Amino acid sequence: MGDKKKWFQLDLGLNKKQVVAGSCGCGKTSGGCGSHAPEPPKNEHTISAEEFDTAVEQELMEETMVGQTRKDGFQQVFDVKMDRRTAFRKLTASLLVGAGAVHTSCSVTAGEEAKEKAQIDWEEQFKGNYKLMTQEEKQATVDRLVRSYQLRKKENIKMSATDASKDVLFGYAFNISKCQGYMDCVSACVEENNQDRNSQMQYIRIHEMKDGEGFKFNEADDNYYHEVPAEGHFYMGTQCFHCDNPPCVNVCPVQATWREEDGLVVVDYDWCIGCRYCMAACPYDGRRFNWSKPEVPEDEINKNQHYLGNRLRKKGVMEKCTFCVQRSRAGKDPACVEACPTGARIFGNLLDPDSTIRWVLENKQVFRLKEDLGTEPKFWYFMD
Amino acid sequence: MGTFRAFRHMVKDSLDYITHGSKTYHIWMIFLTVIMLIGMYCYSIQLDEGLSVTGMTDRVSWGLYISNFTFLVGVAAAAVMLVMPTYVLKDIDFKQAVLIGEGLAVAALVMCLAFVVADMGGPSVLWHMIPGIGVFNFPNSMLAWDVIVLNGYLFINITIPLYILFRHYQGKEAQSKIYIPGSIISVLWAVAIHLVTAFLYQGLQARPFWNNALLGPRFLASAFAAGPALIILVLAAIRKFSEFKIEDKTISKIAMIVTVAAQINLIMLISELFKEFYAPTHHSESAYYLFFGLEGKSALLPWIWTSIPLNILATVLLTFHKLRNNFKVLYFCCFILFVAIWIEKGFGLIVPGFIPGPYGKIAEYTPTWIEIWVTLGIWAMGAFVFTMLAKTSIGIELGKLRYKKKKVLESETA
Repeated sequence: MGDKKKWFQLDLGLNKKQVVAGSCGCGKTSGGCGSHAPEPPKNEHTISAEEFDTAVEQELMEETMVGQTRKDGFQQVFDVKMDRRTAFRKLTASLLVGAGAVHTSCSVTAGEEAKEKAQIDWEEQFKGNYKLMTQEEKQATVDRLVRSYQLRKKENIKMSATDASKDVLFGYAFNISKCQGYMDCVSACVEENNQDRNSQMQYIRIHEMKDGEGFKFNEADDNYYHEVPAEGHFYMGTQCFHCDNPPCVNVCPVQATWREEDGLVVVDYDWCIGCRYCMAACPYDGRRFNWSKPEVPEDEINKNQHYLGNRLRKKGVMEKCTFCVQRSRAGKDPACVEACPTGARIFGNLLDPDSTIRWVLENKQVFRLKEDLGTEPKFWYFMD
Repeated sequence: MGTFRAFRHMVKDSLDYITHGSKTYHIWMIFLTVIMLIGMYCYSIQLDEGLSVTGMTDRVSWGLYISNFTFLVGVAAAAVMLVMPTYVLKDIDFKQAVLIGEGLAVAALVMCLAFVVADMGGPSVLWHMIPGIGVFNFPNSMLAWDVIVLNGYLFINITIPLYILFRHYQGKEAQSKIYIPGSIISVLWAVAIHLVTAFLYQGLQARPFWNNALLGPRFLASAFAAGPALIILVLAAIRKFSEFKIEDKTISKIAMIVTVAAQINLIMLISELFKEFYAPTHHSESAYYLFFGLEGKSALLPWIWTSIPLNILATVLLTFHKLRNNFKVLYFCCFILFVAIWIEKGFGLIVPGFIPGPYGKIAEYTPTWIEIWVTLGIWAMGAFVFTMLAKTSIGIELGKLRYKKKKVLESETA
């Protein structure tokens, strides 16, 4: 998909890292087609997080013993070749550790759990961008997050790091004639995606418009509290349209948001710095910001999570509709589609010729919003 | 080795020098410190509770911080209007003013960076933006460009004056072949920081109010009016409170720059207003909101209708030589022009970009007291930084701070 861009995009070769390693002409992502040589192990000259930790632990042990004949601490840790990012991470981490976390990790009185929590906290603080992680690193961060939740809340969650599958491109269609404005989709979305209850954050907005006046968004009401369907009105839902040329992705200064291979535009909540430039760039009001710490009552938390989807967010980061990545990549419909009582919402794989969404696109008069902006949304509207 | 020792002495002497001064000086610095402390306290509340303590919402997601940031980039860029004639065109008049101008640029940039950090949702992960360690979305993101140009400009504006002052401190002449290339780069760079900041907004197809080709040039024109206007006011204050000699000729020349830039800015404003209101389209609604209000929502009206008359009045007064050459009138004009452009390029530009929203929703923005105090705190920090820089450079230029010379601190009370 990436090569067939219709729009102009600067590329000075700085984004090479983005290219997913290992995809080859045969269409397989893992080796075995015979057209490429086995990859040399990546960590040849770098130190992995675990190795570093064992080194530190050993060092701490030794300080208490008298065994001073071996290399001293600095040599032991810094004689190992590491790449720049690892080096920085370790250095800053060490400083932080000195400031507070080490207190717990080294203290004899603090329990194992406190140590583990501190460990997880600093590894999470200094991890890299999810988009550039290897499969192992992705799994490692997911494991850490699950464990962290377990330690804090004494409950288990399930978090997935499923990648986009080949030959899948998600698309969405909205039937304007069917929608009655019940807003079941909105509440299903809030519950599914663990959105902040205090600020009543909602990804979906339903616009109530007057019959016979066309699409006048500026006169529409997107915050109604009366009985629906209201006489003489029709309804239209908006959310993130998962553009093929998303302006929000281009403007992000740290690549914390990107378009996945299956067309989903996602956010790495842990990499986002909260500048809100993407919010200014989105022509569809598709993005939401956590202005304060998001809160979800414990018994309402959806424990079936995805790293890029509905896992619990923190304050000061962006979030948005992901077409329920935790569901769609598991072969299910997004929560809004499932909750809609009128069948106005249709979701599916655009690359599958037998999918309903393809039938809609081929047999209905469809249109998209603000097409003149060149954003190529994957969200179509149609009428019966 | 000798250079290092001299440098160490300079740092020590300057620290001595800036901690001594007249009563007025101390009162001024204490006043700034108090404001900074209040600002820091308010920022700590913001850190603790999140950006929800500001007036910003999902509908208007940038406010006072980004407005001030945008304006101050212009102030920083304006230092170049003094650098160019002095170093590049060898117009000797400006030599005293230029160190002050560059000090102002440094202070403005420090404030810019502080405003950006204050606006961030996650200041603790700002290292994600450091090239090499983090992931930089270069060249796609204009914000990435902005980080580079702002920090580069800060570096240039610290090193050039530092070199010149360091030479003078040792009693040597600064070598022009070393600082001239730097000055030429800084001239180009100043234009770049402002254009790039304009492109930050101009490049958003989602916001028709910003997505307009005139935005960049207009940024430059208003910057070269507001920046030197501030420099004139600062020079006037320095003339009053220190022995530093600034000739009338220097101020008159800067006033000329202000005048021309203000005139160009006014022409562009007329062009913009014509386009928005002669044949209004759907895209003119933000301008309608700004100037006349929409659907009874009119929070920005008092601001913009203060700004426009002040802008016109200042430009007209400055245009007449007689009035401009009367320094009382000049200072008054510079002050109202500065205020006018601060409004116009601050939230007169940022807030209407979000109103009406992408689907026509009109939600207004009012800054909260916490936001206002953080903003004041950052301005106080800028003034604090500038006062220290200006005092040191004036001390060195007047010969009061010299390497291996008897301390003259006791005699310095001005």
